[in-house]
Amino acid sequence: MRIPYVIGLILLCLSTYATSLYAAVQDEAVLRIGITTATARNHYALLEDWRSYLQEQLHQPVELVFRDSYKENIDLMEEQQLDFVWLSAPAYLANKQRMKLVATPMFHGRPYDRSYLIVSNIDSKTTSLLSLKDSIFAYVDTDSCTGYLHPRFALRHKHIDPDRYFKKSFFTHDHQKVVAAVAIGLADAGSLSGYAWETLSKDRPDITAQTRIVAKSGEFGFPPIVARSTLGHSAIVKLRKVLLAMSANSVGKQLLEQMSLDGFIKADPDIYQPIALMMKPQQ
Amino acid sequence: MTMRYFLNLSYRYKIPLWGGILILMSTFAVSTWFMLNRYNQLEAQLAVESEKLGYSLKSNLFSALLRDDVWRAFEIITEASQRGSSDRVLVENIVVVDNAQQVVVATQPRETPMLSELDKLSPEFAEVEKRIRTMSGATSKTIYLPHSKHYYALVPITKDNTILGTLIIVHSKEVFRPLFAESAKEALTVGLLVLAVLLPFNWYWGRRMALPLVQLAERMEQLGKDWPDDLDPSLYIYRDEFGRLFDAYNQLLKDLRGKEALELHMVQSERLAALGQLAAGIAHEINNPLSGMLTAIDTLKFHDDLSPMTNKTITLIERGLMQIKDTVAALLVESKSKSRNLVAQDIDDVLTLISPMGAKKALHIGWHNSLDGETALPATFIRQIMINLLLNAIKAASQQGEVDCDVCISDGHLLISVINNGKMLTPEQISHLFEPFSSLSEGGHGLGLWVTYQIVTQLGGNISVKREHDEHMNFTVRIPLGVQS
Repeated sequence: MRIPYVIGLILLCLSTYATSLYAAVQDEAVLRIGITTATARNHYALLEDWRSYLQEQLHQPVELVFRDSYKENIDLMEEQQLDFVWLSAPAYLANKQRMKLVATPMFHGRPYDRSYLIVSNIDSKTTSLLSLKDSIFAYVDTDSCTGYLHPRFALRHKHIDPDRYFKKSFFTHDHQKVVAAVAIGLADAGSLSGYAWETLSKDRPDITAQTRIVAKSGEFGFPPIVARSTLGHSAIVKLRKVLLAMSANSVGKQLLEQMSLDGFIKADPDIYQPIALMMKPQQ
Repeated sequence: MTMRYFLNLSYRYKIPLWGGILILMSTFAVSTWFMLNRYNQLEAQLAVESEKLGYSLKSNLFSALLRDDVWRAFEIITEASQRGSSDRVLVENIVVVDNAQQVVVATQPRETPMLSELDKLSPEFAEVEKRIRTMSGATSKTIYLPHSKHYYALVPITKDNTILGTLIIVHSKEVFRPLFAESAKEALTVGLLVLAVLLPFNWYWGRRMALPLVQLAERMEQLGKDWPDDLDPSLYIYRDEFGRLFDAYNQLLKDLRGKEALELHMVQSERLAALGQLAAGIAHEINNPLSGMLTAIDTLKFHDDLSPMTNKTITLIERGLMQIKDTVAALLVESKSKSRNLVAQDIDDVLTLISPMGAKKALHIGWHNSLDGETALPATFIRQIMINLLLNAIKAASQQGEVDCDVCISDGHLLISVINNGKMLTPEQISHLFEPFSSLSEGGHGLGLWVTYQIVTQLGGNISVKREHDEHMNFTVRIPLGVQS
């Protein structure tokens, strides 16, 4: 008779302890932000500074999680392993029911990026995508708007099948590696984010000098930072506030400069509409 | 003709020359072997390193090719070409071709563009393409094309018996060549060092080997003409064939000289003996009428009625006849006559006799008399011999010079040696020294040495004349001791 009682008491104590422990964990919960390696672009030291900046501003531990593809990050987010993810616009659009927009970075003062069509600087003949038939073409990633969607959309718009137009195409999974592939002649041409090209031209002008920009596209919404749909509103607002205030903070401003960004604004779903149109399957 | 010229060369040059040629040839052969070996080693090393590089890539490449991930494949080979390039091996290009021999990806896409046919890229790649087609299974291969600036390592990209294509690693020979040149330089340096040590040594040793032979040959050639010098024994001190040859030569020379001396001596003795006989014969023949004439003159002198003119003439004739008698007496040496035995005092008396003459030229006279008691030799003749020799010596000695006289008994013989400095006699003069009326005689009638010789010979002894170091003349008389009377 007495033994079940004792056991019950112990269980009660344990559960109380566990509950309090859980609450403590909740309070001290780590904010986990997923980043694809393509976005990280080897600037891990810079991102580490950004992480400590966010941690300081949020008064909360922040952890950055790097994965090779957008898809992996989205899967992790589904499993509640990530709170926020910085991902490409098409990836956001494809999964927008499962996430909430938080903020969009600003490049050259606007929350937009462009697609650059580049060829080697040796090539002086190419004037547009239409003169690149039977060439070797470098894409970034199937989830990239500037480095995949846009050139293919442009071809389809001219009633050209992008899968047959090029002799060969391949993916570098990194915007700046498209520049490298074109510079050394592995690919005749490539398509990538204008933001990536411009930042590379600041860091490594010797590489970008070996390429020539044939065409710049119109504006597309810059890859946004999104939150998992299950995340509380307060957490989203908290991060957004910190991000938006970055340009006003001296440390934050310095970080933004290093990232070649001007700041963050509250993400507007409308700026991604043109991309959504491009993603629509061809009739 | 040239060959003959070389073969006729003196051993002095031939030995060092042949030795030098042999050394050069062997050093060259060793160096060449070393370089060729190094070359092959480098090639083998290159092949191993290159194939190792290929093997380390093929698994990663296999999966990249399977997924048609060109960029991944490019990153793999680019990274490998940087890793694989070292001082030893420069990877110039890495090309991945598929089974249709089409370029999938390459580290130098401008030279070997994607999707190009391998055999259309260059004649060299066309050859490589042919070689790839002959390959089977997962075995890799390194090929060296003639006149090519490259090596090609071919590694099939395989996994579980599936071949997706071939990895071609292109190495530049340009890097390989300086490396080879470096080892060639090394071989050359070592070779030169070896030569620098061996050639002078060979030269020295060859000369040393040849020198005794050359000297021997020169002397042998001389043998028939005149007397060559003795070979310097320090020239070759070893007991090998050369040493024995030297000994044999020296012995031969000694024997020949001895023989010649003996012949000379015999000729001289015979001549003097003949002269002696002749002189004695003539003397006897003259003595008989001479005695008659002297007796007649003697008898004539006792007549009182001789005119002064006749007296004067008789005296003149008598003096002439007496002079003839003296001369004949001198020629007719008669040592057989009885004489008392020699004692030590006799010798010292001689010193007393000749000292005044020596004092005139302020000579230093060395005197060693080791005689003791009586000696079974006629005192008169020995004294005559000594006086003759000493007077000659004093005459020949230079002013304030020296004359040495040594008398002793050795081995059953009386030895008298008289040594003086000053005028040297030539071998020619020595050979005619003991002839009567010697032309060498100054002032005397030239019979002194003749008489001495006759006495010594009659006493059964001999007399020898030697030049000593071109400074002294040494007259040595050697007379066997007789029976004490």
